Amino acid sequence: MEQNNKKTTTHSIGIYLWIWGLLFVFSTFSYLVDWYDFQGLLRWSLIVFFMLLKAGLIMAIFMHLYWERWAIVNVLLWPMTAIMVFVGIMVAESQYTFFTRALFFVMGS
Amino acid sequence: MSELDISKLPKGSKGFTHDFAADQTAFKGVPWGKAMMWIFLLSDTFIFSCFLIALMTARASTTADWPYPSEVFGLTMFGVEVPLLLIAIMTFVLITSSGTMALAVKYGYERNRKMCAWLILATAIGGLTFVGMQAFEWSKLIFHDGVRPWSNPFGAAQFGSFFFMITGFHGTHVSIGVIFLFIFARKTFRGDFDTGRRGYFTSMKSDYKAIEILGLYWHFVDLVWVFIFAFFYLW
Repeated sequence: MEQNNKKTTTHSIGIYLWIWGLLFVFSTFSYLVDWYDFQGLLRWSLIVFFMLLKAGLIMAIFMHLYWERWAIVNVLLWPMTAIMVFVGIMVAESQYTFFTRALFFVMGS
Repeated sequence: MSELDISKLPKGSKGFTHDFAADQTAFKGVPWGKAMMWIFLLSDTFIFSCFLIALMTARASTTADWPYPSEVFGLTMFGVEVPLLLIAIMTFVLITSSGTMALAVKYGYERNRKMCAWLILATAIGGLTFVGMQAFEWSKLIFHDGVRPWSNPFGAAQFGSFFFMITGFHGTHVSIGVIFLFIFARKTFRGDFDTGRRGYFTSMKSDYKAIEILGLYWHFVDLVWVFIFAFFYLW
């Protein structure tokens, strides 16, 4: 097994422990958003901010995407724009549904 | 077969065009198993996105009040109402298991067999703890609160079906991951990745790259939980 004997460079343990700690801190922060019962735009922006921070750290460091070839990084991240477009479409759709429901359920037939 | 020296290939966006303009393989220096796992995870991302987008659509379009997760998933500890307590503990357990998995991958590549195997085992136990707490959460909601896919006592009727589908699909991923973690812990303890012993199921030789590929799956499960925690429980 020639491949097995090849020395692979690994990252120092420090970076993993740092990211691990940061994930704990950010999770605590997002929990505190609920604990202190923030509402409205402040709540949503804080939730999304900590969510993206955590997702970014997991993907970049734990899943090694930071050190991967640019080709595979692009193949993985560009499809996310399709999801964002889908989100946009469904926001418009749900607002329309809500509007028609308000019209027919609440204002009467 | 000689290993490709990727340090000699162009990097960044130049590497991007180089890799895609090349024949035979697009992802230079990426083991096929890893590329396949990433592509599988991408397809899984689409499935989970569809669930969460459906949740958004249902929640935004219903005229009934959506149940407030902070209260639905709150627990009373020593006479004090603590919001989302179990969910917060589950989040920390899953992050911890993700951390032990990252270290297992590191020690695997450093050919530290024992350390790698113990860390995989720790990851598996973390995952099992998570599934156990999820079972507790489900039984509380089903038997104590009477939440059903078609109705619940808290508000909008759609809440139950989304709860069971989203957390159930994620829990299935965790359970499958736990099974594979236990299998890989055994394989690592036995030294399969040092001796190149053939797998029982695939009858292929493997090495410590397999740990990284298993790790990708496990981190993805944690990654999805980050989004479920934000959009289902906190929003």
